[in-house]
Amino acid sequence: MRPRRQRMIFVGVVLIGVAIATALALTAIGENMLYFYSPSQIAAGDAPRGHDVRVGGLVVDGSIARQANGLEVRFDLTDTSATMRVAYTGILPDLFREGQGIVALGKIGNDGIFQAREVLAKHDENYMPPEVAEALKLAAEGGNMPNPHEKGVPGKP
Amino acid sequence: MIAELGHFALIIALCVAIVQGVVPLLGAWRGVPEWMALAVPATRAQFLFVLLAYLSLTYAFIAKDFSVAYVTQNANAQLPLFYRISAVWGAHEGSILLWTLILAIWSLAVSIASGALPDAFRARVLAVMGLVSCGFLLFMLMTSNPFARLLPAPPSGRDLNPLLQDPGMVIHPPMLYIGYVGMAVPFAFAVAALLGGRLDAAWTRWTRPWTTIAWVFLTAGIALGSWWAYNELGWGGWWFWDPVENASFMPWLVATALMHSLAVSEQRGAFKAWTLLLAIFGFSLSLLGTFLVRSGVLVSVHAFATDPERGVFILGFLALVIGGALALYAWRANAISGGGNFRLMSRETLLLINNVLLVVACATVLLGTMYPLIIDALGLGKISVGPPYFDAVFAPLMLPLVFVLGIGPLTRWKGDEAGRVVRLLRVAFVVSLVIAIAIVLVTAGYSPLLLAALTIAIWAIATTLVGVLLRVRSKADIWQGLRTLPRGFVGMSLAHVGVGIFIIGVAFTTSFSTDRDVRLGPGDSEELAGYRFQFDGVGDHPGPNYTAQRAEIRVFRGDKQVAVLFPEKRLYPIQSQPMTEAAIDVGFTRDLYVALGEPIGDGSWALRLYYKPLIRWIWLGPAIMALGGLLAASDRRYRRSRKARRAVGAADSPDSDSGMSPEASRG
Repeated sequence: MRPRRQRMIFVGVVLIGVAIATALALTAIGENMLYFYSPSQIAAGDAPRGHDVRVGGLVVDGSIARQANGLEVRFDLTDTSATMRVAYTGILPDLFREGQGIVALGKIGNDGIFQAREVLAKHDENYMPPEVAEALKLAAEGGNMPNPHEKGVPGKP
Repeated sequence: MIAELGHFALIIALCVAIVQGVVPLLGAWRGVPEWMALAVPATRAQFLFVLLAYLSLTYAFIAKDFSVAYVTQNANAQLPLFYRISAVWGAHEGSILLWTLILAIWSLAVSIASGALPDAFRARVLAVMGLVSCGFLLFMLMTSNPFARLLPAPPSGRDLNPLLQDPGMVIHPPMLYIGYVGMAVPFAFAVAALLGGRLDAAWTRWTRPWTTIAWVFLTAGIALGSWWAYNELGWGGWWFWDPVENASFMPWLVATALMHSLAVSEQRGAFKAWTLLLAIFGFSLSLLGTFLVRSGVLVSVHAFATDPERGVFILGFLALVIGGALALYAWRANAISGGGNFRLMSRETLLLINNVLLVVACATVLLGTMYPLIIDALGLGKISVGPPYFDAVFAPLMLPLVFVLGIGPLTRWKGDEAGRVVRLLRVAFVVSLVIAIAIVLVTAGYSPLLLAALTIAIWAIATTLVGVLLRVRSKADIWQGLRTLPRGFVGMSLAHVGVGIFIIGVAFTTSFSTDRDVRLGPGDSEELAGYRFQFDGVGDHPGPNYTAQRAEIRVFRGDKQVAVLFPEKRLYPIQSQPMTEAAIDVGFTRDLYVALGEPIGDGSWALRLYYKPLIRWIWLGPAIMALGGLLAASDRRYRRSRKARRAVGAADSPDSDSGMSPEASRG
């Protein structure tokens, strides 16, 4: 094969690969992106129902209630201006405790209780998840978190 | 006193590194042999001073010198000696020092092994490595001095993060860093080649074993990290697509592409410019990984903005290194081109597909890692890109990659008949498909992806066997034939088999793992995947620097007891941090994994039980890949060519393409 044609094939293969991958990646990123909402935004009804979202805040003191003979736990999350109820079944992470900043992943149920599939508390007692820190700060200032959905970030609602 | 000595050693190392980075480059440019000759002694001196600094810090940890701030933050009087030594790289400052030490070791190795290289080339390579070292030494001295004093000294320290108190975490970072920093060698070779304006077969033959060894350490480091996460995080997962993991995975993908493109450059003289570009990208991604993990940008984009000193330095350094190298590439790459022609059906084309897929895979990881950071930095809100994204993009890229992996080694360079290759491999394909279908039927776990993954994994192994058989069937004695196979070929075959084993492990673990959260009182038992887990209660179990509650769980299969497991819930009082220490019964065909949750009144505990089939294969595969890499790097032709060149004379390297190895001509 002449070098010229060779280079055309080289460029062709690369371009086709990149095009396919871009299409794949953009579709996948749109479908699998998770938005973060603060308890205030949940209270205001900003978050879509029936879709996975992430929420975060501080675990309210004295709100942790465990089911009598099962593994379901319910607790309140707050950003100091609004509070929401979260339900989770299973083992909580090591650093889950009252007053700790946590992030939960799940859906808002029909009863308004957030059904968490995953609860994350990072491995450091002083560590505050950055989303939670910002939500707390904005709630204290009376502002609100940017809503990625309204801002037109591509992806599922 | 020792700490000051270490600090002082770092300053001298910087001075020496500046000499090492500047003078030989000028010498190579102006053609002054004396200046070029400075590269080797400067490299060795720099190594000594960095080593001295490193040993000083280690000494401060061993002697429990809590007047050094870094020691106070990462060690405690009760911390065992073993972990005090490894605590040196337990946090930011020490990690960077280890990074610099490893770079100095690589430079030293290059300075020792490069006697046969042309003088100007050798000077340039060592100078580029010296310049990189300058960046890191400056970074340490300006923003993250590990020897900073804390006066008055506290009586004891904060202790090492309990998560890092694990043998896996002791060896994982050095391995990974050796791999990361090893990518600096092909980078330095590439920049030196661009500066010199020539790239011959000797260059590629020189770069190949270095790249392969760096890749071996990257592979081992990433696998160890995965093994550590599985043991220590208590979630039974082996890969999380966490940005920190991605930071190490991206250089690995590019290093893998580079190894394969170097094969083409060496054997056929093609893809030269592309190879150089990959060498630059590989090291750039190593630096980017360091930046991501070390600048705090992952913890929060805003934390980075409010305390930008470190981040801005690394970002600037990154821009300088990557921008400089790419600018040099744009300017000089035209001088380096040409090479052998090839037809559409040839090994070159298949390796090209390999390269495109690996680079694209790397780009998708980069996109998924950086996208949330960019959205956040633009103030558009908080999003996260989870494992589903990476899973969705990765499988469609890896399946064709492994398919091509099966064909490539059996296809001839330059051009081949498609019919010949099909005849060679059709049996292997049918066998792979049949075995995969059989497994899916027996396990009754059909999904299209599982079937595809198993087929492709067995395909990788079967085609490799075909390749080995073709090599030895002409020999009278098969064992004799196997023993005389060149190490490069054996290494490649092993690595490809490792890929197959890894994929089988992933497919099984992903498809057939079961887990359950249960609440058990003493004497209760729970059935999972044919095993009965009997909970015998929890007792106290003190450790050297923690207290623990330890459960005893006996595992039965039928009536036979197969294991006794002791999962723990530890409390490290100094950091008041609880830690779940999972208990694992390890097996070749399955792991049983128990994590202890929390007490739920009346003596009951929450427990999580896992059954994980073939999960060991996920680490066995990379181990075999790494072994293959080591074998390939020790192939005779690298050593022979070195000797041959020494015989010709060090003044100029022979531009010989005659040293094609047997596999080049035979395929």
